[in-house]
Amino acid sequence: MTSGLIFAGAGAALFAMGVAGVLLIEHLLRRILAFNLMGSGAFLVLVGLAQHHDAPDPVPQAMVLTGIVVAVAATALALALVRRLHGLTGSLELPEAEDD
Amino acid sequence: MKRVVVVGGAFAFTLLLVAAMRELAPAAIDLRPSVAAHLAASGVEHPVTAVLLNYRGYDTLLEIAVLLLALLGILAVTRDQGGGAPRPVDPLLQMLARIAATLMIVVAIYLLWAGAFRPGGAFQAGAVLAAAMVLLHLTGLLPGWRQPGVRLRWGLAAGFLVFLAVAAALLLAGGLLTYPPAHAGALILLIESGLTFSLGLILAGLFLFLSRDEGDAP
Repeated sequence: MTSGLIFAGAGAALFAMGVAGVLLIEHLLRRILAFNLMGSGAFLVLVGLAQHHDAPDPVPQAMVLTGIVVAVAATALALALVRRLHGLTGSLELPEAEDD
Repeated sequence: MKRVVVVGGAFAFTLLLVAAMRELAPAAIDLRPSVAAHLAASGVEHPVTAVLLNYRGYDTLLEIAVLLLALLGILAVTRDQGGGAPRPVDPLLQMLARIAATLMIVVAIYLLWAGAFRPGGAFQAGAVLAAAMVLLHLTGLLPGWRQPGVRLRWGLAAGFLVFLAVAAALLLAGGLLTYPPAHAGALILLIESGLTFSLGLILAGLFLFLSRDEGDAP
């Protein structure tokens, strides 16, 4: 059990928690947080597995760095959309679909 | 019921994935030797920076494009409401924020320079710059941004445009983002400087454009 494997296992757990959060939580702000948790889990798996067997590999690290920045951009856009929704409807939850 | 199924599924998924990762053999493709072999010709000494700006430079080009796109999306969905009156802020706090912001600019320049040979680089430096601007905003020294003027638009796009110009020039000379080894270091530093400047503005804009319509909530 190397430290890399512990990181990867923690990443898998974070990812699963994030998925459960995205599916179960109605509040959009918390759902965005859960979505970010998913992303962090995936990054931890990438970095952890890459240094599981021996020295760290720079390629997955660079990919994770790219991923973090894209995740920040997606989060900011999601927050802007949530603010707009809140401004329009006063609610922080998605409206129910009509044909439910 | 849904809750039980989802939580149970997540548990099972985690257990399966951890079990699979314990059995996982070393990757069949090992990129470390090829990264190390070409490091001398990449123009930088740090492998992660070499991967980001040289071997997979198009990734970083698209990354800054994604950031710019996200900012444009935010500009499209936020309405210019004009924030309320600025809150009164302790002058001592303002002075400390000014000192901290000055130091953060120095740190950003150091991080940009250090990226060539140790952990650091344009994205970290841009994040520090953006944090300095957010700090100034929170202490009332920098108002939230409204519709960007011409200068701000050019500043936001400058990093992407510099990167694109270098990529286009290199495309005419040969391949996509294959730097001539003699000038690789200078070109990467040029791109990274542009990226740092624009990333600072873009990341700060993600916050400052969002905080301008504080009167939005009904």
